[in-house]
Amino acid sequence: MSEEKSVDIDYVSNLARIELSSQERDKFQSQLGDVLKYFEKLQEVDVEGVEPTAHAFPRFNVWDQDEVQPGLSTDQALQNAPKQRSQQIVVPKVVEE
Amino acid sequence: MESSQLTSATATELIDLLEGETVSSVEITQAFIQRIQAVDQKVHAFLHLDEEDMIKQAKSSDERRSQGKSLTRLDGIPVGLKDVISAEGQPLTAASKILENYVSPYDATVTRKLKEAGAVIGGRLNLDEFAMGSSTENSAYGPTRNPWNLDCVPGGSSGGSSAAVAAREIPLSLGSDTGGSIRQPASLCGVVGMKPTYGMVSRYGLAAFASSLDQIGPFAQTVEDAALLLEIISGHDPLDSTSYPSHVPSYSRELKAPLEPCKLGLPQEFFGEGMDEEVRKSIDLVIEFYKSKGFEMVELSLPSTDLSIPVYYVIATAEASSNLARYDGIRYTSRSEKASNAIDVYAKSRGEGFGEEVKRRCILGAYALSSGYYDAYYLRAQKTRTLIRQDFDQAFEQVDAILTPTSPTPAFRFGEKSDNPISMYLSDIYTISTNLAGLPGISVPCGFSQSGLPIGMQLIGQALNESKLLSIAHVYDQEHNYGRKAPSL
Repeated sequence: MSEEKSVDIDYVSNLARIELSSQERDKFQSQLGDVLKYFEKLQEVDVEGVEPTAHAFPRFNVWDQDEVQPGLSTDQALQNAPKQRSQQIVVPKVVEE
Repeated sequence: MESSQLTSATATELIDLLEGETVSSVEITQAFIQRIQAVDQKVHAFLHLDEEDMIKQAKSSDERRSQGKSLTRLDGIPVGLKDVISAEGQPLTAASKILENYVSPYDATVTRKLKEAGAVIGGRLNLDEFAMGSSTENSAYGPTRNPWNLDCVPGGSSGGSSAAVAAREIPLSLGSDTGGSIRQPASLCGVVGMKPTYGMVSRYGLAAFASSLDQIGPFAQTVEDAALLLEIISGHDPLDSTSYPSHVPSYSRELKAPLEPCKLGLPQEFFGEGMDEEVRKSIDLVIEFYKSKGFEMVELSLPSTDLSIPVYYVIATAEASSNLARYDGIRYTSRSEKASNAIDVYAKSRGEGFGEEVKRRCILGAYALSSGYYDAYYLRAQKTRTLIRQDFDQAFEQVDAILTPTSPTPAFRFGEKSDNPISMYLSDIYTISTNLAGLPGISVPCGFSQSGLPIGMQLIGQALNESKLLSIAHVYDQEHNYGRKAPSL
């Protein structure tokens, strides 16, 4: 990893798909730098040969019967959509002319 | 019976009154609604209250009882929900602007279980936005205040759930705990709060923050009441693949069985610098009490403790950045009016809809998962998490439970830590490792500071053995009953 402890805030906020005000951008720039410095503690730990923990009690292959269960109706599933028409969610155009 | 007698009673006492037909569920529910109307302007624990619906549920409960068809002991008892737990037809904001108009189309599993038990589902409780915070200052709808001192925070993120029980606005409530979000506010508000073993309570219908750490758990005045609520909400659920297929004993009944004195561990890393002197004195008295009951104290070491906060904030922010991707302005959240193309819909809706701490954590998490940093941060944190778990495994070869303070200090003042993320993160130092190891932990009130703020102790138990943990906690709680003391409001 790089020695530089600062975050390219524009790059990462775009990855996170969050638009920031210029005020937030400046504030986060320095705060996140501090938090990353704090995270540096982790680089000192000897984790050679240690298995990562993804879940506290790993459970694998949780199977379910392939049976139809009751679910939400179309109206219920769409009830919180901000824009809809003819039982579909309306979004801005995503393909080029 | 006077309304104030009802609202100051424990759930267990209310059950006795219902079973003795001294009061009805409607009378109980009305008493709590009146209490909320009287004090919640000061406390602001509730984001939403559907009084009509509560009375309707209480009437149904009374009808069942009159026909001898009560569903469980909890039938007719009001229970409040943190506003991240779905209840069909009720709002769920997660204290975020982005979910301002959201109405849950279905019940969370815990909500379904409460309804099947006959409980009166009452009110949506305030929190730090998306459960990110330790003070409830991050709510988009204004902070909750600590009922013991309105200038102080109630803790967080489940600050509404803890303050409502402390202010006697509701006898029982549910919260969620990702790094201490049940236990720390319980401690700061002087009530009992418990995080069960990871997997004991289904997370289906809980707005996810960090999926490998989140657990739902109870708040109550006493350990006995917490046990009662926990046994209702626990159990395997096919709708949550991480739910544990384990038998749920009757915790409230098992509490009554005599407990052989056992061994309690005192981890030296938790008793170092940073702990408030008054907290230390209270914990010393707890230690003396358990010794007087024949318990043996074992000093031990959890050497990876100082790594728990960086590990937690890497894992929790990474999982959050992934989980919160669903709030995209497309399917069920508010959409920015200013968005003209698809990417804008995401970026502007999230920029307008999320508060500062949520943005900070999503960006931090996206960074930790981004190309070139995944191994250095996320993978390394997961490996270090294994070391933290192993510390506890070794400790539990020697002891039955671990005793620590819940929080290094009593409640702090508004604004004291809100502009310094690391100082806020450090207020969870005693609770975080329990989530990383997936263990059950309970906070029990154990005294007050000189300025009258509650202090809490934490007991951490072995995985899947909530019964023993509750019994050990009950030994202390039944003789001290600090959670039964109510603030004057």
